[in-house]
Amino acid sequence: MEETNKNNPLEGITKEKTQEIVEETLAIYPEKARAKRAPHMSANDPEDAGCAIRSNRKTVPGVMSARGCAYAGAKGVVWGPIRDMVHVSHGPIGCGYYSWGTRRNLVEGTMGVDVFSAMQFTSDFQEKDIVYGGDKKLEVLCREAKELFPLTKGISVLSECPVGLIGDDINAVAKKSAEELDIPVVPCNCEGFRGVSQSLGHHISNDTIRDHIIGTREFSEPIGKYDVAIIGDYNIGGDAWASKKVLEEMGLTVKAVWTGDGQIEHIAATHQVKLNLIHCYRSMNYMAKVMEEKYGIPWMEFNFFGPTKIAESLREIAAQFDEQIQENAEKVIAKYTAPMQRVIDEYRPRLEGKRLLIFVGGLRPRHTIGAYEDLGMKVVASGYEFAHNDDYERTYPELDKGTLVFDDASELELEKWVEEFRPDLVASGVKEKYVFQKAGIPFRQMHSWDYSGPYHAYDGFPIFARDMDMAINSPTWGLVKAPF
Amino acid sequence: MSEQCAIKKVTEITTEEVDRIKAWINTEEYKEKNLAREALVVNPAHACQPLGAQLVAHGFESTLPFVHGSQGCASYYRSSLNRHFREPAPAVSDAMTEDGAVFGGQNNLHEGLENAYALYKPKMIAVFTSCMPEVIGDDLNSYIQNARNEEIIPQDYPVPYANTPSFNGSHVQGYDPMLKSIVECLGGGKRVEGKNNGRLNLIPGFDTCTGNYREYKRIMKAFDIPCTMLADISETFDSPLTGTYHPFPGGTPLDETADVLNSQATIALQSYATKLTTKWMAQNTDAPVETLSMPIGVKKTDELLLKISELFDKPVPEELIAERGRVVDAMTDAHQYLHNKKFAIYGDPDWLLGMVSFLLEMGAKPYHILCSRSNKKFAKTLQALLDTSPYGADCNIWINKDLWHLRSLCATDPVDAMIGNCHGKFITRDLGIPLIRAGYPIIDRVNLHRYPTVGYQGTMNLLTWTVNTLLDQVDATCEDRNFEIMR
Repeated sequence: MEETNKNNPLEGITKEKTQEIVEETLAIYPEKARAKRAPHMSANDPEDAGCAIRSNRKTVPGVMSARGCAYAGAKGVVWGPIRDMVHVSHGPIGCGYYSWGTRRNLVEGTMGVDVFSAMQFTSDFQEKDIVYGGDKKLEVLCREAKELFPLTKGISVLSECPVGLIGDDINAVAKKSAEELDIPVVPCNCEGFRGVSQSLGHHISNDTIRDHIIGTREFSEPIGKYDVAIIGDYNIGGDAWASKKVLEEMGLTVKAVWTGDGQIEHIAATHQVKLNLIHCYRSMNYMAKVMEEKYGIPWMEFNFFGPTKIAESLREIAAQFDEQIQENAEKVIAKYTAPMQRVIDEYRPRLEGKRLLIFVGGLRPRHTIGAYEDLGMKVVASGYEFAHNDDYERTYPELDKGTLVFDDASELELEKWVEEFRPDLVASGVKEKYVFQKAGIPFRQMHSWDYSGPYHAYDGFPIFARDMDMAINSPTWGLVKAPF
Repeated sequence: MSEQCAIKKVTEITTEEVDRIKAWINTEEYKEKNLAREALVVNPAHACQPLGAQLVAHGFESTLPFVHGSQGCASYYRSSLNRHFREPAPAVSDAMTEDGAVFGGQNNLHEGLENAYALYKPKMIAVFTSCMPEVIGDDLNSYIQNARNEEIIPQDYPVPYANTPSFNGSHVQGYDPMLKSIVECLGGGKRVEGKNNGRLNLIPGFDTCTGNYREYKRIMKAFDIPCTMLADISETFDSPLTGTYHPFPGGTPLDETADVLNSQATIALQSYATKLTTKWMAQNTDAPVETLSMPIGVKKTDELLLKISELFDKPVPEELIAERGRVVDAMTDAHQYLHNKKFAIYGDPDWLLGMVSFLLEMGAKPYHILCSRSNKKFAKTLQALLDTSPYGADCNIWINKDLWHLRSLCATDPVDAMIGNCHGKFITRDLGIPLIRAGYPIIDRVNLHRYPTVGYQGTMNLLTWTVNTLLDQVDATCEDRNFEIMR
């Protein structure tokens, strides 16, 4: 478990060979598209800044990108998981419909009574709303939402494309409705045409939390010296519950989770905590920085995938506190060492040396590497749908020299790389899943944990290990080749 | 300090409040307020137009669906189809962004066509729109013509296109213009006077059950009548796992489609999803163009078989007659479990007409019938169908209502079971009413889309699922003293 990547280079993978694969991949494109795609893929070299990947640029039209839009980043990632608000997909019916329940942000509570996040609220724009504007409808809608869901702690208004194009003023409506209904009504101009991916939706949503939410509440109990917040855990399959459990076992108090199983008033009072712990840096770094600048709250990143990284993170987190917490952290690590070793003993023999290609979003293309390595698996290629430079800077050191790093891959590129690297597992999204399974390549959806989870923390690792094993070693793969 | 004092404290919702509201949302009072909603839609049972258009595009040989609009839209349609079928759904977008709002989407469309054509080598690219180009008023016709003139695509390369604004109708309305555009693009002007290729054009409509397409083909094979099934997704979304990925594994052959105007007849099996297409067909050929109901249940299947028999002057094959007998036998055997049972059903108009017909045949009551995007004319058609049977008396039609309305209706005026897509499961959870899954999407159970719900065989499946679900419910909920081995 202690071995680092660099001491254990991948057999048969060199910078030169990977660069050749990159050139061959680019050859599939017409000239203009080739020039655009070229800076988005490279052989990794942690010591050479020259391998820098270009990212956060427009998707090339006509290629099969996996990217979503700003609305997806706002609704699916930042706002949607907050459990006690009505999140309105403002505009036509589709966006809310397709994103309904598909991110698996679990919540505590009674659906439709005090929590609402598994429901789909929309203004279902019709032609007349496009022609005459949807502001009046939105005003009525907010009133109806409050009347029918009286325990709602607020309303978020998540704009879809037409709203921004027809010049509606959702800010004015939200302000008026918030006063009338006496709950926060947050206008979020996350129209899908803004920016180049989900990423801008995260940023816009963070800004709306900054402008409308943070600092508007205070915790009713006195602030303790061990009060922290988890930022960027969306409770997919129960992730945040697993993360929270470990932090509390080491004596910290998790006052708020952003935003998985999140409660808006707790989020609003997060400016009082002592430390912000960031898991998904990409989607939530903005607010961590705001809280640092405005309220002096330090923040740090951590990684709760796999026992090696969990232990490292627990020690780093504990180092921000006193000896008591540090001692507790060691106790927690010690407590879980044996059970985690049992998981490794069970699964590592079946997974040792297996290779994988990762293509996801957020934090996973770098954060899950350690968990795979705990199981003896090696990453041969890793890429992001919507990362920025700072994500790649954090990724190069985690990967072996010569492995492939890439950005906003198209499906054809992925097919080419799978053909060249022959990974034993592809870890990506639902749009890619069935492509590679048809090709006989084991696959796990790593946005939704493939309807499993949690994968975070000590509760998550046994499930993670079991899932990777069953994907790769399912007997169904033995049936693919017909005997005739 | 004073400013800080003004800040409200974090409050928690008490269990008393939760219990009070939990009870309240099941009341008549709540139902009235809920039904009075004017602006807010909660848990709808319909998606947007482009989804229907994309489904059509997937149904043609080597055809690449192409979304003119924001890239996020394409990702949503694709992943929605991926989840329902558990199959790939290859489609591209031209990734319009803010500058498209200012300059229009021509540059994106042209670059997108160039790349899509070069990369995927499809035989046809089917373009349809999401919101952005519809709001700004992009002119697809001239953009595509310009693409030909600028040699981005060859002059004769088929690029059918459809305007599919998401702010109008539903996925059902998006199906039709895309299909019409494809048949017009490939088959327009190809009517040969006096030619009859002896084929039946069959248009299933917006149907996400691959088993249904296979069932139609089986029926046609039994008749021994060659069939051009338009927008045939049965291979696209139910392709074998062989170790090699094929992006375009099936679909209606383009040369067959090109000959649609020379077929002996056309039958559309959904009226609301095929109006434009059937109108175009009728205007461009003298061959009969018929629109029937979706053949769910015995009577609607009889109608289809009789119509085929009439149009092709062939008797209904013996094997289908025997099949009819078997399903009638099964329905009679099982009638006692469904007789007078009340159902809530929700979904698309044509599917609802079929389901209502089936339930009435069983002596069951389609008690709450909910269509989340339709009109008064449909309500009238549905009422006329209900009026044909005593079991249709006192049944309720809910037009342009959603599943949160249905929850209220089922709480105050309960039913024995629901039939519809997987989104009804929240009602099941809250009110204990079992759900038989059919329609789109089903993303929480496996393989149901592989089993037909049309024809006699499909009726057998529906009957089996419905009855057994009710019996499972009895076993799961009855008192110990009523728990028996026989049912």
